[in-house]
Formats: sequence, structure tokens, C-alpha cells
Amino acid sequence: MAEHSKRFPVQHIIGFVLSIVLTLLAAWAALGSDLPVKWIITGIMTLAVIQAGIQLFMFMHMTERESGGGHVPWNMMFHGFVLAAIIVAGSLFTMSFGFTHDHEDGGNHQQEEKHEEQSGH
Amino acid sequence: MSAHELKSGPLEYRTQEGQMSILGFWIFLAAEIVLFSTLFATYAVLFGRTADAPAPGELFEIETVLIMTFLLLISSFTCGIAVHNMRKGAVKAFITWMVITLLLGLGFLGFEIYEFVHYAHEGATLQSAAYWSAFFTLAGTHGLHVTLGIGWATMILIQVAKRGFTPMTSRKGFIISLYWHFLDVVWIFIFTSVYLIGMVV
Repeated sequence: MAEHSKRFPVQHIIGFVLSIVLTLLAAWAALGSDLPVKWIITGIMTLAVIQAGIQLFMFMHMTERESGGGHVPWNMMFHGFVLAAIIVAGSLFTMSFGFTHDHEDGGNHQQEEKHEEQSGH
Repeated sequence: MSAHELKSGPLEYRTQEGQMSILGFWIFLAAEIVLFSTLFATYAVLFGRTADAPAPGELFEIETVLIMTFLLLISSFTCGIAVHNMRKGAVKAFITWMVITLLLGLGFLGFEIYEFVHYAHEGATLQSAAYWSAFFTLAGTHGLHVTLGIGWATMILIQVAKRGFTPMTSRKGFIISLYWHFLDVVWIFIFTSVYLIGMVV
């Protein structure tokens, strides 16, 4: 990679333009499109992951051979993100799965569960 | 360490110490991802629990959020250009681009402070609801990182201005650039999962 001797930082400019396009696309998908909410959330989270990849690969020189670090930077980031996904998804699963946050509903929800338990026994 | 000094390649990688410091910083960044993931998890779990405070959809303004996002995005780009210049050995260009980066970072902070004050006036504070506690902790921790980054980068800029590029100063310059890009990575997820989803749901 003789990239550091290049006169013009082509990779940075491509990464920058892509980031701006992805940001605007995400904003439009969230606020301007008529897609169902589930699709919007899946879509914009995917766009976020792509944009994070752009930062890591195109701006942060994550896979540079001269670093002497081999695959360690890549490994660190990959495992960091895997842990993050487990922590966020796991917390949501244990704390919020099948539970509504509506304040008026909250009380009824618990009562219903009790009723079910009682009728079951 | 100087016995192993290489003759070619980026200056920051030429010594063993430089290589190891940069590698160590990647490990630090992985720990930062996990730190932020706990804050994101807390935020996600407490989502919707606004009690008597306003809902996020009522307070978030897409214009402000987009301006903040672009300020940070552009600063990440100018920081990349600064490192590009560092590798060409251009001290002046490096300092100029880094100063632009930091000014954009300050602009971001200004908007964030304005935003927080505005929310507090509308009745959304750290104490008003579980949701807002999680929000201010998450966004505030990111803002604190930006603040620290500005101070840290300023000190490195002073060193570079005094000593020029040595294996030591260019290693420090490279590490602050990793830190700065990483702040943008975290912000992308705050922008998407906090602001955009907060306005959609």
C-alpha cells in the first residue's frame, strides 16, 4: 500500500461523500418515506452499520499492513461490536420482551398475567 | 526501541513502541464500544418511559440533529485529511486541518449544549423521567468524549508545532485521529437509534 504517498486522498473523499449520502438516506427513510416502522428501523440500522464500516475501513486505516498489528485491530473492532450487539439485544430481550410501556396498560398487563396463573392452577 | 527502527512506511509505525501503542489504542477502542453498548442497552430498555416529561418525538428537531451530524461527519473527514498530510510530512497542513477539525468539534458541542438547555426548558431533564436519564447519560457521555478529545488534540498540536513530526509525535497524532473517527462512529449510532428512531416511533 503506497497510499500514504498519494497526492490526493481519494479514499477519504469517496468515504466522505458516501457518509453524507447514507446520512441523508437514513433521514429520508425515517421521516420522508411511508415505510412500516419495523422496516424503517431495520433499514436505518443497516445504513448505520455500513457507515461505521466506512469510518473504520476508509478513515481509520483499520487494515493497514505497515501497522505490524496483523489482524488485531480488525479483531478488536469485530469482537467489540459483537459484544455490543449481545449486550443491547440481550438487555432488550430480558427486560422488554413482550412487555408494553404504556402507562395505562402496564397495570392491566400484570393483572392479566395473574389471572392467567390463577386460572391455570 | 530505536534498534528496530524501520526506514520506510508511515513514521508512526516505524518503532516497536509506535506499533504497540497504536495496537493498544485499538484495544482501548474495543473497550469503548462495550462501554457505549451498556449505555445504548439502558437507553433501549428505558425507551418510552417518559413519565410526565415530554416524549422524544415532541422535542427532537431534525434540523438541529442533521447539523450536528454533518458537523461531526465533516470533522471526521478533515481529521482524515490531516493524517493524510501528516504522512506526507506537511506539518503546517496537518495543524491547519486539525484546527478545522477541532473548530467543527466545538461547533458540535455548542449545538449539543444548546439542545440540552432547550430540552431542560421544556421539562426534560436528567431527573424528570427514566427515559431522559438514559438519553442524557448516553448523549452526554459522547459529548464528554468530544470535549476530552478537543483538549487532548490541542495538546498534541502544541507538541507537533514545537517538535515537528517524530516517531513519537506522529504516533500521537495518529492515535488522536483514531479517537476522533471513533467518536463519529458512536455518533452515527446515536443519530440513528436515538434521534431517528425517537422521531419515528
